[in-house]
Amino acid sequence: MTQTTAPRSFQEIILRLQTYWASKGCAILQPYDMEVGAGTFHPATTLRSLGSNAWAAAYVQPSRRPTDGRYGENPNRLQHYYQYQVLIKPSPPDLQELYLGSLEAIGVDMELHDIRFVEDDWESPTLGAWGLGWEVWCDGMEVSQFTYFQQVGGHDCHPVSGELTYGLERLAMYILGIDHVMDMPFNDPQSPQPLSYGDIFKQTEEEYARWNFDVANTEVLLRHFEEAEAECAAILAQEHMDPKTGKRIIMAHPAYDQCIKASHIFNLLDARGVISVTERQAYIGRVRTLAKQCADAFVLTEAGGHTGETAGETAA
Amino acid sequence: MADLLIELFSEEIPARMQARAGEDLKKRMTDGLVEAGLTYAGAHALTTPRRLTLAIEGLLDHSPTVREERKGPKVGAPDKAIEGFLRGAGLSRDQLEERDTPKGAVYFAIIEKPGRPAAEIIAEVLEDTIRNFPWPKSMRWGAGSLRWVRPLHSILCVLTREDGSEVVPLDIDGITSGDATWGHRFMAPARISVTSFEDYAAKLKRAFVVLDPKEREAAIWQDATNQAFASGLEVVDDKGLLAEVAGLVEWPVVLMGSIDAEFLDLPPEVLQTSMKEHQKFFSVKNPKTGRIEKFITVANRETADNGATILAGNQKVLSARLADAKFFWENDLRIAKSEVGMEGWLESLGNVTFHNKLGTQAARIDRIAALAREIAPVVGADADLAEQAAKVAKADLSSEMVYEFPELQGLMGRYYAQAAGLPQEVANACQLHYSPLGPSDEVPTEPVSVAVALADKIDTLTGFWAIDEKPTGSKDPYALRRAALGVIRLVLENDVRGGLEGVLQIAAKVHAEKLPFELFVGAKHLPKERYMKAVASAENDDDQFSKAKNIFFSQVLPDLLSFFHDRLKVFLRDQGIRHDVIDACIAMEGNDDLTLLVKRARALEVFMSSEDGENLLQGFKRANNILSQAEEKDGVEYSYGADKKFIEDAAEAALFDALAANEGAISSAIEAEDFAAAMGGMAALRAPVDAFFEAVQVNSDNQVVRRNRLNLLSQIRKVCGQVADLSRIEG
Repeated sequence: MTQTTAPRSFQEIILRLQTYWASKGCAILQPYDMEVGAGTFHPATTLRSLGSNAWAAAYVQPSRRPTDGRYGENPNRLQHYYQYQVLIKPSPPDLQELYLGSLEAIGVDMELHDIRFVEDDWESPTLGAWGLGWEVWCDGMEVSQFTYFQQVGGHDCHPVSGELTYGLERLAMYILGIDHVMDMPFNDPQSPQPLSYGDIFKQTEEEYARWNFDVANTEVLLRHFEEAEAECAAILAQEHMDPKTGKRIIMAHPAYDQCIKASHIFNLLDARGVISVTERQAYIGRVRTLAKQCADAFVLTEAGGHTGETAGETAA
Repeated sequence: MADLLIELFSEEIPARMQARAGEDLKKRMTDGLVEAGLTYAGAHALTTPRRLTLAIEGLLDHSPTVREERKGPKVGAPDKAIEGFLRGAGLSRDQLEERDTPKGAVYFAIIEKPGRPAAEIIAEVLEDTIRNFPWPKSMRWGAGSLRWVRPLHSILCVLTREDGSEVVPLDIDGITSGDATWGHRFMAPARISVTSFEDYAAKLKRAFVVLDPKEREAAIWQDATNQAFASGLEVVDDKGLLAEVAGLVEWPVVLMGSIDAEFLDLPPEVLQTSMKEHQKFFSVKNPKTGRIEKFITVANRETADNGATILAGNQKVLSARLADAKFFWENDLRIAKSEVGMEGWLESLGNVTFHNKLGTQAARIDRIAALAREIAPVVGADADLAEQAAKVAKADLSSEMVYEFPELQGLMGRYYAQAAGLPQEVANACQLHYSPLGPSDEVPTEPVSVAVALADKIDTLTGFWAIDEKPTGSKDPYALRRAALGVIRLVLENDVRGGLEGVLQIAAKVHAEKLPFELFVGAKHLPKERYMKAVASAENDDDQFSKAKNIFFSQVLPDLLSFFHDRLKVFLRDQGIRHDVIDACIAMEGNDDLTLLVKRARALEVFMSSEDGENLLQGFKRANNILSQAEEKDGVEYSYGADKKFIEDAAEAALFDALAANEGAISSAIEAEDFAAAMGGMAALRAPVDAFFEAVQVNSDNQVVRRNRLNLLSQIRKVCGQVADLSRIEG
């Protein structure tokens, strides 16, 4: 491994990750254009981890966790943050080495730091998904989640995908030696127009924290949740044969968009404090049902590895 | 003879699973080898985060040849029978032996199973072991279907003899066995070839891998205590953490760091829990002040800067964590000290479900508070204090600190109650009312804590009985057995008197009134038709509901009391009290007074192992047998008492007098609960009883005399039955 220079900004770390994973053969995708709670929700992970087709993708995913909002004041907590996500199927035998290579690429000197793989089994009750793996520690700090998917949307993963998730802000703060996220240089501090993370996000964190916690119209949100749920079911209930084109078109992705929507709305309702502990489980169960139905639909599509006869097939 | 070395090299195995996995590997391999005829001299398993290693010494080179003789049909038997025998033995007719037996000439088959080379057997047993390994949780990876705890990368399997070593060939889903392993992931990642266990262990040590988890533990502990000692401090002992940390490293490097001054005022338990749970740090305390001032972290490598970068990073993470803890602590304290105080937290517990049938935590707390009030006088506590304590004892479940660290429940309550200026007994009860949690956990003795602890556990037990969710077999998801044992220990160790039944009734009544009809166990005992009708009708049928309640109090609560008795039996048996002795005492009136019950049982146990005890038992049994037979035959109970004027025999008179002389003393001893003295008095009846049976025929032809004698025996039975039901004693 060639000696790498220390990165100087948040974006440089992202760019280096992009370059690194591109060099390892991943398709560098762009963020999904919807509000999600984590990079896993991107269909490039959730849906593509299903079925037998090989896959290798990496991308940044802006993620929203309304309850984590702290008006931009907490040094580590944000309601909007970035995750870097890598998904490779089947998981290659040298995935741990590839991962460690990515840390070196962003300036972690393996000779000085203590990297550890500490048991952490991953489970997403909303996605009906689980896997085994670790949280990766660098000098006692969790810098990534490393998971071998075993089940997604209620389906056994075959082959198994290896998923890597980097919490970009936290990782970058550590590498750049920054104590408060808002002080982190977003672009090169030597550039003519240096911008810090706070220059870009301090105000939005305040605005969203206020909206998430106190203003978001819960009646509207509740209605939107129901609508997304109903629309998801309605999409999946369509005939697989498109009457207009005569082609077999199963609309797994549009349906899954509705599942993503429902999930995010649930997070907002949660932040507004209108969901009791008991109801919470019920809402999570409803989102999981959607996720499972979308997974059921996706595995009947070509991208989902479906190769069988399609003649005579009707809507479920 | 050969030595076998196996290493299963994988991605990082969870620390908590390593020790067990090493033992499982050893057991499955050695069991399999022995079963196939390969005995060995010794075996030991070693584990690191990336490897399970097994070394077996003195293994046979071959399994022994096995010779088996089978007796077949007679010579000259029908061909069919002989052919069948040949098929079974796998031989041809000319291989059979004819032997003369007392029954004539008979065919014998001599089957020789040649021994097999060790390598062949090892390969089979190892493959079977790997494919069926009992991991608590396993996974698949890549495109394969093999399961292991994390991806398995290589199998080292080497047989070593004096003249050299060989790889045992083996291929499991594309993983081929070899003689190779790899050193420390970062410090010496190169491939290493080995020829024997000694070679393997030595080369790994040079490659920065300490194979033996006990050696890693010892090294960590020694270095940690030395570093602490050099600063005049000491490491807080934590065996579980030590084992876990030793399972996270192959090359332990102990580093000690400081805790920022701004966090040193946090309660020591908070510091310790936060450091342990989040960072797996040991706490280092100042023995003079008891304060935790430093931490120990264990890295997995040496570095050129002697761990400075690693320590700085860990310190930074710790500060962020403790900043959170401090934030929670200060917020919680602000609420506790505010006007609403801890009761402010109770409101939000109205949104927290305790159990979906038994309602919210807030409702539960109300029940416990009311019950604690009732129990208070029995345990010598002030009723108001007990109620107040029960009200706030679980309030900390709403605090931010307990939300973050559930294991600090109770303890935080104590801190917050103190901060709120509540009475010390109330603060103590916040922490102690959860106790005792296990059979060896200390039992609270302060009356207020005892009242709340009892109320908490009894509310839980009656609640789950009311919804018919009792423990079955090994399933006890709500730890009800533990709760019952907790009640037993609270009662016994505090010498609490008065029956349990009354308290159970009070606790159960609340559940019976609050539970919806269809969830209520009493309702399920109604005839099905009536139950369905009552459930179907929109409003609860009052008549059916009171019937259901009657069933609950008459049938279900006694069942809960016998659950207590069952737990008590287990508890006393562990203390060496015979089960028949316990049964004999449980059969007595007032068996819901557990303290009295145990007093009886302990006295009886001591007495039964003495000569007097044996005497009493024999006398009682003899009298009881004759009496019971007569009562059964006559269909009456002889309980009128004997009359001196019908006495004919001197021995009979002597027994009558002995009874009269002792009866009063026995009764007053019973009254005073001096069961030993009472039983001493009863044993004194042995001689007159024996003399009586020697000289007197109970079944006299004179019916008056016979009845009188039976009534006399009945008096003996009554007198002797005052401590325990002796008919239940064995022997």
